[in-house]
Amino acid sequence: MASVSVSTTLNTDEVEFLCQADETLLDVLRNRLGLMGAKEGCGTGDCGACSVIMDGRVVCSCLVLGAEAQGKTIETIEGMAQGSELHPLQKKFIEHAALQCGVCTPGFLMAAKALLDANPSPTEEEIRFWLAGNLCRCTGYDKIVRAVADAAAEMRGEAS
Amino acid sequence: MSFDAEFRNQQFKSVGSRPLRPDGIDKVTGRARYGADFNMPGQLVGRVLRSPHAHARIVRIDTSRAEAVKGVKAVVTAADLPDLTNGDAELLHILDNCMARTKALYDGHAVAAVAAIDAKAAREALKLIEIEYEVLPHVVDVDAAAQSDAPLIDETLFTGGVEPKPAKPSNVANRSEFGHGDVDAGFAQADVIVERSFRTEQAHQGYIEPHACVASCNPDGTADMWVCTQGHFVYRQICADLLGLEVSKLRVTSSEIGGGFGGKTHVWAEPVALALSRKAGRPVKLVMSRDEVFRASGPTSATSIDVKIGARKDGTITAAVAHLRYTNGPYPGMWAELGAMTSFACYDLENVKTVGYEVLVNRPKVAAYRAPSAPMAAFAVESAIDELAGKIGMDPVAFRIRNAAKEGTKSSYGPVYGPIGIGPTLEAAQSHPHMSAPLGPNQGRGMACGFWFNFGGQTCTDLNVNADGTVTLAVGTVDVGGSRASLSLIAAEELGIAYDDVKAVVADTATLGYNDMTDGSRGTFSSSMATISAARNAIDVMRHRAALTWDIPVEDVVWEDGHAKARGENYGNLAPLSVKDIAAESGKTGGPIAGHSELVADGAGVSFATHICDVEVDPETGATRIIRYTVIQDAGKAVHPSYVEGQYQGGAAQGIGWALNEEYIYGEDGRLQNPGFLDYRIPVCSDLPMIDTQILEIPNPNHPYGVRGVGETSIVPPLAAIGNAISNAVGVRMSHIPMSPPRIRAALDGGAGS
Amino acid sequence: MVEVTLWGGLVPLAENQKTITVEAGTVRELLRKLQERYPGLKSAIENDVAVVVDGVVYRDDRSKELAADAEVFLMRRLAGG
Repeated sequence: MASVSVSTTLNTDEVEFLCQADETLLDVLRNRLGLMGAKEGCGTGDCGACSVIMDGRVVCSCLVLGAEAQGKTIETIEGMAQGSELHPLQKKFIEHAALQCGVCTPGFLMAAKALLDANPSPTEEEIRFWLAGNLCRCTGYDKIVRAVADAAAEMRGEAS
Repeated sequence: MSFDAEFRNQQFKSVGSRPLRPDGIDKVTGRARYGADFNMPGQLVGRVLRSPHAHARIVRIDTSRAEAVKGVKAVVTAADLPDLTNGDAELLHILDNCMARTKALYDGHAVAAVAAIDAKAAREALKLIEIEYEVLPHVVDVDAAAQSDAPLIDETLFTGGVEPKPAKPSNVANRSEFGHGDVDAGFAQADVIVERSFRTEQAHQGYIEPHACVASCNPDGTADMWVCTQGHFVYRQICADLLGLEVSKLRVTSSEIGGGFGGKTHVWAEPVALALSRKAGRPVKLVMSRDEVFRASGPTSATSIDVKIGARKDGTITAAVAHLRYTNGPYPGMWAELGAMTSFACYDLENVKTVGYEVLVNRPKVAAYRAPSAPMAAFAVESAIDELAGKIGMDPVAFRIRNAAKEGTKSSYGPVYGPIGIGPTLEAAQSHPHMSAPLGPNQGRGMACGFWFNFGGQTCTDLNVNADGTVTLAVGTVDVGGSRASLSLIAAEELGIAYDDVKAVVADTATLGYNDMTDGSRGTFSSSMATISAARNAIDVMRHRAALTWDIPVEDVVWEDGHAKARGENYGNLAPLSVKDIAAESGKTGGPIAGHSELVADGAGVSFATHICDVEVDPETGATRIIRYTVIQDAGKAVHPSYVEGQYQGGAAQGIGWALNEEYIYGEDGRLQNPGFLDYRIPVCSDLPMIDTQILEIPNPNHPYGVRGVGETSIVPPLAAIGNAISNAVGVRMSHIPMSPPRIRAALDGGAGS
Repeated sequence: MVEVTLWGGLVPLAENQKTITVEAGTVRELLRKLQERYPGLKSAIENDVAVVVDGVVYRDDRSKELAADAEVFLMRRLAGG
């Protein structure tokens, strides 16, 4: 099978790669571009561990083909911090102990970022339903929801 | 080498605080490396071929066409994993489970594996492996398998634990019995008796990270493995045994672990990856798909349990009996035995008897799942206890308090208890505001108790004091939920230094002595004990160095608040030396400063919890929502309270999923129908409320800081707490887990709780 | 003298004795003498036994000292999650 040549914007950088036509974006990120923050928990779009943001929308990168990234803007966990400055969500996840094993964390952070980009003041219910596509088996979600709410408050400039 | 583990009631400076975890930044930036995040030069892709049959004899395997595929470097079958187990039946079962030898024993049982230069070639090769099966009758149901006419999983197996030895083979591998007193006499004294049968379906640990490893075997007999595991030292031993490697030549590094909950205490694909690498002469990466995780890695048992409990009208339980049948998968284990031991562990009973039956079925080999076997037994017992309290007109909490085990109680599984926390958790529940909060229509409140043993085990830890006075702590238990933070707190506490001056790492098998599996809630309990011991040894060294510096006898040097101090009036002008002071001079006072510890962390205190739960049942659909949930559990001492709360909340959430939704569904053909997260639905964020926690601290007398294990008990009460809440909400007593909408609808329509 | 109670699975291996009295100062001595008296217990003691002393489980520490009035129970070694 001939490879497909793809140009895309990845974490604000212009990136070009070759991939097979049937290769998922997740495999491209992990195996060709060395970005291993997105995890394969299921490969069927059920767990959200591979969540990335494509043109502002959260997607399961295991359900997107690498070739579909052509001309798109992709954000992954590796681009979330600005240099050594963590994103408020990243800080709040650590502060609130919102991760245990941490394997779902990159996916949750990408999904939560997309939420706060779209809705700076989500209610608890909105947070819970928005994050319902991301599975966590360790925490029972309690501390994750609190971390997202607290990060939202901080980003709105409210003291936590 | 003797270590004084006795509890000292001390004031803490670090322990009990909530600092940021040291691995946090790696985990929120995507830099933390899990099982599948590691690569080696020249690495091949491994893939496993699995049986589509629940039970089949393997007549012939022809791998020649697969071997001919371009890019394929090795194909292995059981022939490449010869039996080196030397009569060790348990080890042979592990080997057989990794790669079927003569029979495929469940849908998903590995029968062959390939290593190829890419996934495409590997997949193509799998399709070309020809296997001739003779399909055999199968059985997956626990009660059906225990019948005398059931298809036999193992024709050479006779039920153990019964006299005289049976004349016919059976799928019932073993019978075990616990208890004391005279239950018949006890029931004769009872005014009210509740007798019920319960069933629970098979659940999976559901860790988000599938099993993954990279194995590399060299021609000189050395090998390396990178793997997600709860116990890399144990994996090393088992893999070395199965492949005939020398233990010292196999170096195993544990990756970050993406959840385990007991499921990563057993080897599955790792010996296969080593065998592929050995044959191909190149490193091999083997990652399970989610489908493989469900079909072929460790679920918990499905069960069928009969319970009978009698009480006098004054609320005293006079006798209790349980018969418990647990599926084991195709190999004998001790899962029913654990259920039989834990069933009535919360109560002080004069007459009690429990009998466990290990039942072999054509399902994957059962693995531990967080307090293994206890949640199912607790579901049956705590449901019956609740019903009994109702029948004699007593408040369910008061009824349990009246019968709760306490210090000096002879436990239902044999030993006599030391100081324990069941009474205090019940009293805390009784006075908790949750208990008196108002309820709406179709809502109900339930509560239940749970018990788990907790373990310690062999533990080895190194503590190195660096030249700048910071400390590196190398531990051999795996960090499954924040233990590097907890253990850093412990080292800081004992040395009297700042938390930020300690860096804890999980050492690989070549750099530290043997450590048992990180299971049985032992991670923080036992590694904290070893860390305290190592720190005390380092303090001894530092006292000597201070004595040398001052040129005074070491007996005159004491350690206080992170400083060596000269004791005695003659030394009034000697300023105390800090860890940093002593470390800076270490090169001139005898070289590096370190404390080591090798110990058996015995004396883990048993653990109890009480959960309170409010549900709302939709009578039209039978769907249940958790409205409010409270966990009350004894931690002994919460080292890092945030991560103790995390264990309580996570265990409760897993229990909620099991109670309401999760189950293995098999077709008539014995194949698993729902091997994916879409159809095996674990709780998502919108399914749950906040989970409140209350940490009680009843010190464990056998740990210097009073620590008990906290990881497992929280999964024990939810099944029954939710069942009791549903009963109070809509008046039906559920006897079949999960209490899914169709089962609740059937019960509301007059079916019998299932 | 220490009185030891066996878990049910061990009883048939010890000539159907449920409790046994042994002169022993440590867990190690206790287990050695039990094996000497009941050779059938050997394999179980080597592989399957945890010793519970006054309610505390000692899976591996066989140097634990036993008081004369200690409550000693031989329990099966368990697996955890």
